[in-house]
Amino acid sequence: MFSGRNRIIFFFFLCIALAFLGKLLFLQVFDDSYMKAADNNAIRKIIQIPFRGEIYDRKHKLVVYNTPIYDLYVTPKKAFVRDTLKFCSLFGIDKTYFLKQMKRAKAYSKLKPFLFLRNLSKEDFARAQDAMIDFEGFSFVTNSYRTYQSKAFSNALGYVAEISPNRLLEQKDDYYRQGDLVGVSGLESFYEEALRGQRGIKYRMVNSNGVEKGVFKNGELDVNPIAGQNLYTTIDIKLQEYADSLMQHKVGSVVAIEPSTGEVLAMVSAPSYDPSLLAGRNFSKYYGKLAMDPMKPLINRPPSAYYRPGSTFKLVQALVGQQLGIINAGSVFTHAGAPVKCHSHNTSHNDLHNAIQWSCNPYFYHAFRKILYDGTSGNTFERSAQGLKRWEELAANFGFGRKLGVDLGNEKKGNLPNVDYYNRIYKGENTWKFSNIYSLSIGEGELVVSPLKMANLAAIIANRGWYIPPHLVKGVGEKHTIDPYYKTSIPVGVDSKYFGVVIAGMRDAVLHGTVGSEGRIPDIVMCGKTGTSQNQKGKDHSIFIAFAPMDNPKIAIAVFVENAGFGGFAAAPIASLVVEKYLKGKVDRKAIETKFLNMSYMSNVISANYKVKKDTAKNEKR
Amino acid sequence: MKNGKLDWLAVSLYFLFVVMGWMNIYSAVYNPEAPLWIFDPLFYETNAGKQLIWLGTSMVLIIFILAIDFRFFESFAPLIYGAFILLLIAVPFLGVTINGSHSWFKIGGITIQPAEFAKTATALLLAKYLNDPQVNLTKFKFQYTSAGIIALPMLLIIASNETGSALVFASFLILLYREGLPGRYPGLLLSVITILVLALMVKPLNIFIVLLVVAIIIALSLPIYLQRMYQTYLKLAMGIACIMAITSTVDFLVNNVLKEHQRNRIKVLLDPEFDPRGLGYQLTQSKIAIGSGGFFGKGYLQGTQTKFDFVPEQSTDFIFCTIGEEQGFFGVLVVIGLFVLFLWRLMYLADQQRSRFARAYGYGVVGIIFFHFLVNIGMTIGLMPIMGIPLPFFSYGGSSLWSFTILLFIFLKLDAHRSDMLSR
Repeated sequence: MFSGRNRIIFFFFLCIALAFLGKLLFLQVFDDSYMKAADNNAIRKIIQIPFRGEIYDRKHKLVVYNTPIYDLYVTPKKAFVRDTLKFCSLFGIDKTYFLKQMKRAKAYSKLKPFLFLRNLSKEDFARAQDAMIDFEGFSFVTNSYRTYQSKAFSNALGYVAEISPNRLLEQKDDYYRQGDLVGVSGLESFYEEALRGQRGIKYRMVNSNGVEKGVFKNGELDVNPIAGQNLYTTIDIKLQEYADSLMQHKVGSVVAIEPSTGEVLAMVSAPSYDPSLLAGRNFSKYYGKLAMDPMKPLINRPPSAYYRPGSTFKLVQALVGQQLGIINAGSVFTHAGAPVKCHSHNTSHNDLHNAIQWSCNPYFYHAFRKILYDGTSGNTFERSAQGLKRWEELAANFGFGRKLGVDLGNEKKGNLPNVDYYNRIYKGENTWKFSNIYSLSIGEGELVVSPLKMANLAAIIANRGWYIPPHLVKGVGEKHTIDPYYKTSIPVGVDSKYFGVVIAGMRDAVLHGTVGSEGRIPDIVMCGKTGTSQNQKGKDHSIFIAFAPMDNPKIAIAVFVENAGFGGFAAAPIASLVVEKYLKGKVDRKAIETKFLNMSYMSNVISANYKVKKDTAKNEKR
Repeated sequence: MKNGKLDWLAVSLYFLFVVMGWMNIYSAVYNPEAPLWIFDPLFYETNAGKQLIWLGTSMVLIIFILAIDFRFFESFAPLIYGAFILLLIAVPFLGVTINGSHSWFKIGGITIQPAEFAKTATALLLAKYLNDPQVNLTKFKFQYTSAGIIALPMLLIIASNETGSALVFASFLILLYREGLPGRYPGLLLSVITILVLALMVKPLNIFIVLLVVAIIIALSLPIYLQRMYQTYLKLAMGIACIMAITSTVDFLVNNVLKEHQRNRIKVLLDPEFDPRGLGYQLTQSKIAIGSGGFFGKGYLQGTQTKFDFVPEQSTDFIFCTIGEEQGFFGVLVVIGLFVLFLWRLMYLADQQRSRFARAYGYGVVGIIFFHFLVNIGMTIGLMPIMGIPLPFFSYGGSSLWSFTILLFIFLKLDAHRSDMLSR
């Protein structure tokens, strides 16, 4: 009777079982959100941030280190404070604050640690540590902020700050989390991965009450923290501080390089800022102020500010012209027929040496004209293009119009105009010729360089034809590893024999040429070249590049002082003081030193030069 | 008395279930920081240790049941039933409260929940009643009596606030259906439940509109096929009126008939986002535990949710979470598959019975086990409202394990003697 019904009943059972399996398949296999929820429930990630690497100068003097600070956490359920007054006096807080924080902690969680007090100093910590036996449920978490031995190295060093939302989004390996500190500019940014080390992660299991219940998966997923690596820089911090002091009340740059190694001895950007302002709690307060400052103290000018090289570029013209075989040491040009003016100097025998010594504009006008037109064929337009091409190929070897690859993130390429560039500007081929672009001959026009490039030019001449890419770090970590790029010597393609006349001219420029007496060091054989960079923002910038001693040079330098006028006036004396300080360890010319320590050119500065970009310099037809 | 053979498959599955159940209880209470060895006296303070004792005593019960003459159960069914009815009546006066439920007897150190055993007693009496060849479940008279046998303990259990346990008695519909109750009764029940669930999930107004549209379509198309249009329209109209009536009573039922905690369980079921830290906590955590198991699970004793007490009542009503988390989809597939196999085997055995008593009782067993399976697993994965209903043989609990052991082995004893029974 009704025996068929067992099938109906069993079919019903099967339907229910299948419905369950379907739902379970969805829960367990297709939807992985439950796995994440389970991990959130039961697995607590404990982050251990290692100390950031320290930074040393070339003589292993500590420049940047970390100051440990301590944050005090409380776990309300374990907390027991018998003597509230004693506790409050220990940490210098009042009872109202104590009670308020306890209340907030309890509201947050009874079982999870709550940040009770922030940024306790080492001294506070030492004092409190012994007394903590009386206060259960409190624990310290170590933290640190950057501390600086010197205030003179801020711009190239860069700073450390909380990671920005954009960088957080754009990071590739998902290393950083919100609130993490990260090197923002300069060396701190460029060597971020070495400096930061590797964050450690511990996974601990917790039960439903938030109480730790041991290691997750036997610690297989745990990552031990790796301490940040120290940076051993090429900077001579004493020289850096000295150069920085000379740049007070001025806008500009000083870059000093050891020519034989490409090591940057000093890199000053003026005006600068006190780096301790950007370390620690008050970052946002001071960052805002510094960022709004019209003098742009946060910008690191040496690799990134744009200037015209002015007369310092004549050195390149002299070398390129010789290498191309178009001029030689004996080539003579008069002032006649040049649209550019010249200072009065003896032109009876105006050869290359003389032209460099006196920075003769007409000489280089004629020389550049010859470079463009000689040995080429076709009309003047075609010849200009052919000439510019071979000139540009050689000039580019000096690092103009491209990055030198310094270990700073913010290096700018600058501009070395080539045929394509002028075709673009003059809208078509064969639309321009020498008469349109002759300003290049004396380092004006569309040329754009940075102080770093000009220091490197000084190093190239000091080395008679080659350079090692300038860099600020000579060793990372205990093994002092360094990118082999910073060990590679790069020839500029100009034969060393052509440097003799240029160097001799530079020597005489210092002794009795464009450089005034204030730029002369009695007992040091320095070779230099002044420059005066035209700009739209008022008075010319004063430029000087030099190296010393003449034989076996130890230092190559470029000094840019904005709106300080002729190169011999401001830049040369400052450069000479830095050179003297470096080579002798002291400065004997006290009067000159005092004068330039106190000298201010700020009244001429309309606004800091960082804004002059190459597009403002272009289209300027002369 | 000849001793017949116990069905090996059903017995094997029983032992497999209780062993698997015990292992999962062990895992649910396992503390990785201080694992307790089985000889440690402290072990017997944990649910796993206690369950071991319950398992041992269950073996004694099995031997006892197998030793009793098989005719005892039929002959004494009314007495057993009567005794449990008395116990259920006595519980409000003599019982003690455990876990907020005033439904336990305390005898020495052992606590017993008579409601768990009342199911067996009811199944026995119902089977005995149906054993009378005159009883015909298509007739109202016999339907009333049957319903009475079921309703009496059910109402008494409801009176002691154990709605979940009381609902189990609905599973006797399977028994009655198998024994001839017209299909329209379970059909009607399923339809009403379906409509109620629908009405809870969808706004009643929308149901009305859909119904109206369906009715109009049917009404318009009917004349083509049917002659007796008038009667058909009447039936259709009545049907729709009934559905509308049920639908419109949903709010009333939920808000006025159900108690606060029952209402919340319905809300939690319908809206998984509802108060996940409070009222929805148990279901949310249960789904997290099961859902995090993946396909092959986290491995035995490796479930983080299981070990660290995220799911309340994990070793009792939510033991399925442990299986889901540690054994994954593969594990639950095996468990559900074994349950289906077990139910099939019991139905197969029941259908083999010569006596209607044994067959009806067998279907009673099938129904009760299925109902627990349905509600228990359903509630852990959010398909059923949460009620205090254990998973047979798996969940921790003496009363539950004992009652299922007794329920099952009485049937297996009867089955072993099926050739001795008279088919009437």
